[in-house]
Amino acid sequence: MTELSLRLAVSFAQILAEMSIVMITVATLTYFERKVLGWMQDRMGPMEVGPYGLLQPVADGIKLFFKEDIVPAGANKAMFALAPMLTMVVSMIGFAVIPFGPNITLDIFGMTIKPFVVADINIGILYILAIASIGAYGIILGGWASNSKYSLLGGLRAAAQVISYELNVGLAIVGVLMLAGTMSMVEITEAQAGGFWHWFIWGGRPDGFFPIHTQIFAFVVFVISAVAETNRIPFDLPEAESELVAGFFTEYSGMRFAFFVSAEYANMMLVSCVASALFLGGWNAPYPGTIFEYVGLEQLAWIEHIVWFAAKVYFFLFMFIWIRATLPRLRYDQLMRFGWKVMLPIALANIIVTSFTLYFFPR
Amino acid sequence: MELAFFIYFAAVIAATSVMVVAVRNPIYSAIALLIMFFHVAGLYVTLHAEFLAAVQVIVYAGAILVLYLFVVMLLNLRQDDRYHRQWPMAAAVGATLVIEAVILTVMKGWTTPVVAAGTETTVEGTSNAGAIGDVLYSTYLFPFEVASLILLVAMIGAILLAKKDIVEVNSEG
Repeated sequence: MTELSLRLAVSFAQILAEMSIVMITVATLTYFERKVLGWMQDRMGPMEVGPYGLLQPVADGIKLFFKEDIVPAGANKAMFALAPMLTMVVSMIGFAVIPFGPNITLDIFGMTIKPFVVADINIGILYILAIASIGAYGIILGGWASNSKYSLLGGLRAAAQVISYELNVGLAIVGVLMLAGTMSMVEITEAQAGGFWHWFIWGGRPDGFFPIHTQIFAFVVFVISAVAETNRIPFDLPEAESELVAGFFTEYSGMRFAFFVSAEYANMMLVSCVASALFLGGWNAPYPGTIFEYVGLEQLAWIEHIVWFAAKVYFFLFMFIWIRATLPRLRYDQLMRFGWKVMLPIALANIIVTSFTLYFFPR
Repeated sequence: MELAFFIYFAAVIAATSVMVVAVRNPIYSAIALLIMFFHVAGLYVTLHAEFLAAVQVIVYAGAILVLYLFVVMLLNLRQDDRYHRQWPMAAAVGATLVIEAVILTVMKGWTTPVVAAGTETTVEGTSNAGAIGDVLYSTYLFPFEVASLILLVAMIGAILLAKKDIVEVNSEG
């Protein structure tokens, strides 16, 4: 029993650490997004609170915390309260299987602990897909429970959009799963060790540089579908400001509104983590080994790994903002046609091509 | 420990299943069904079938139930009393099932369980996704293909129903 409680304590510590990292990154992202958007539009971005507006996330947090919580008349109170909670929880628990750093094990009190991943389960990527599919419920229920036309329309759009693009996400990763031969996020990342030509986006064989198993099409499909799944511009129809006020969270205020917004940022971060772990080698450096190893500091190599992982994730996060500053919103029929008639065939063709190349040129 | 989990999952599955048909608001029914799907997935995890658990959540909770909710919300059914005059029928069916379950439980000690030879397949593998894949594409290849064929037929049927007018216009012209 003591071992069980010790294990629980270690798990809780890991979960706490991971959640703090995610929440801090979400807060940073709100600042980062406004600043980058500002620069891209030839503005300064937030400048008032703190030096260069650095304390803006803190000010926003305090403001949202003290805002009045309004529940519209005629709203379904239970569902109205449930929706933001569901969205927030779902966006948080997906991180449990993301390997933030190298797959090293520590022995503490006779237990083996993997410090950089909360749970290394053998269906890691399926777990993330399952969690992501639950995310739609928060949006749909929030839209329905608000008892408002705009919210309901936003919720309906979200349901259709998330289902359509989830399929593409699922199909896009099949090629990677075939190359790695496993569904564990840790093992998928480890299979890409040893230089950027081993990353699944190129898919070079270990004995040569020629990228015969390249997953670059799957990568493009995955990234576009990921943008759609997180309801970001140009796929932000569920919350289109110019059409639906704010879509499914029109009626929300205060901390509930904050829950929806931070869940969106956390989801962005989650898909960025998944994209870098599946296609860009996760915590592997783009060169074989690590610099710390070359200079004889093997025990510090994990720092370099984590820095590389963070760099890849922030690259994707920057790209999300970049896309937002660049592209206009899709029309609804364009969104559906693009998802079903362009992305889906590409993802399916990628599976067929990858299985053929794997059959003729096994890894 | 495992028994405790089983009792919890089984109790919640039973309770939510009753709620799905007993609750009047269709949205609450859908939510009860969602909770039930999760607990069925939990039951799979206690049986070490993690792959099935994940697929259960992805397919049923993530896709099918979202479509249900979509339709319910689109029709905006706040409350529907049409389907709630069937309690006598439900009670009769339920009572039969309960008696059957009791008899089966009591009989369990008297008869030895009959396991048909050759239905159990042991698979040497590291992951249970791999094991399911092996079995599905070797032993159960034919049922698997038949199932996919049925799905294809259903899909074509749905498209035909939805696009009926287009087909008619084409045949006329």
